[in-house]
Amino acid sequence: MTKLDEITEKILRQIDESGFKQKGAFNLRHNGIALCHGDSEHIKIKKKEDRQGIDIFIDGQTKGEQVHIPVVVDASGMQDKVYNDFYIAEGAEVTIVAGCGIHNSGCNESRHEGIHSFHVGKGANVRYEEKHYGEGEGTGSKVLNPVTAIYLEEEAVFTLDTAQIKGVDSTVRETEVEMGAGSKLYVIEKLMTHDDQLAESNMEVRMNGDGSSAQIISRSVAKGSSRQVFHPKAVGNASCHAHVQCDSIIMDHAEVSSIPEINARHIDAAIIHEAAIGRINDEQLVKLRTLGMTEEEAEGIIIDNFLN
Amino acid sequence: MLEVKDLTFKVNENGIERSIVKNISFHVDDGEMLVITGPNGGGKSTLAKVLMGIESADGGQILLNGEDITSYDINHRANAGIGFAFQQPPRFKGMTVDRLLSLAAGHELKECECCELLSRVGLCAQEYIRREVDATLSGGEMKRLEIATVLAKPHKLCIFDEPEAGIDLWSFSMLIREFEKIHDKKKESLILISHQERIIKMADRIMVIEDGTIGAIGAREEILPKLMDKGDSCSCMNRADI
Repeated sequence: MTKLDEITEKILRQIDESGFKQKGAFNLRHNGIALCHGDSEHIKIKKKEDRQGIDIFIDGQTKGEQVHIPVVVDASGMQDKVYNDFYIAEGAEVTIVAGCGIHNSGCNESRHEGIHSFHVGKGANVRYEEKHYGEGEGTGSKVLNPVTAIYLEEEAVFTLDTAQIKGVDSTVRETEVEMGAGSKLYVIEKLMTHDDQLAESNMEVRMNGDGSSAQIISRSVAKGSSRQVFHPKAVGNASCHAHVQCDSIIMDHAEVSSIPEINARHIDAAIIHEAAIGRINDEQLVKLRTLGMTEEEAEGIIIDNFLN
Repeated sequence: MLEVKDLTFKVNENGIERSIVKNISFHVDDGEMLVITGPNGGGKSTLAKVLMGIESADGGQILLNGEDITSYDINHRANAGIGFAFQQPPRFKGMTVDRLLSLAAGHELKECECCELLSRVGLCAQEYIRREVDATLSGGEMKRLEIATVLAKPHKLCIFDEPEAGIDLWSFSMLIREFEKIHDKKKESLILISHQERIIKMADRIMVIEDGTIGAIGAREEILPKLMDKGDSCSCMNRADI
């Protein structure tokens, strides 16, 4: 088992809540190189020959297994770009725990760009968890720009659970999903920005097969002078259902733009969007204060639960 | 227990000061149930909010067990032992029912404890415990959950602002029994703001608030007959639900 330093261990605790154990299928990328990796009977991880990154092959016998592929960047000034491609065979059931944490104690920008593709076979069920986190006493910024492409075959189910809770100065997230007949997509996006941070999330979901459905829920809290932009787009090219919901709490001098877009190109495409931005409701604060909490405690609880 | 002296509360409407609560004085004894009733817009809910600290009094004094709590803010009054159930409780996106109940209890509740609380207000625990306290709950469900948050821990004084509003008759009967149980134990004092005759009939004493003042206060036996007579010609009591 590879010995990990204290900073890496600490970041892993933040980005991999279920626990990174160097068991089963895993790959830890640290400052641009694979620090340790392992395969399991049904999940094989292969290093790419032509560029940075890995191919992850998940066979159809995989049932309830987890793959952990965290990224840690703690060298100030590190510019890391990685291509990870997932091939999930028909009928597989798997949870992929990804996530990236940057510790920047220097004055140079540290950046990680994770470019992921998911090829999900017929009837496979995938849960993908991705948590982003930044820390460090340095003045150098921490930048995370994920690009995710998801291809769902017939009856495949994909849950995309992303969270960025703290410390990331700038992020631009690009997500594209192509959906086959009967496939289902669940997206849960949680985001909190503070100080002068910037977060932008662009997502396009194309429902190409009859009976496909998508549910996109985005919840965010913007504090300080931070800025957030959301642009989820659901395109119905077939008989399909989609529900897009963006809720944001705005605080201090923050700015939030929510631009949901729905595009129906089929008579039986049913697509709904909802978007709401507002400050913390005074009535919620008062209610929690009648339970004995201070205003600050009540505010913290409201935010924690909103992003839960 | 609770002593209120010369309590006043004013609002400023377009530069004109208007008194909503006008020099009100009353007391609530240990274990007593005081029902406050009166016409809509008379100042009952405002009075309750001033007692809880949600609105700040412009004059007067509030004593709880002899302790002057007039300057206490909401959370200090809650920690001093006052519980408050809102007429229109707020919803919380992302917060589950069991989480809210644990917050109300002041500690993490076990599943069976949440179930017991929900049962007391007529909610089927298994259906509700993991649900979010959001727009998916009906007004009546929210109202019963609100009452459960007050029942989640013992208080010296519980204030319920129109607990019957929006609640179906079956659940209302359960709530009546719950109030009776609390009252029978004589451990907590109760202030219920209500227009409902079944609630008014449970009172030890009744206080009628009209136009920000006490129109009448006294034992149930004394006030109720007057209200019944008056109820034929005014809207202060909801007799349709009897």
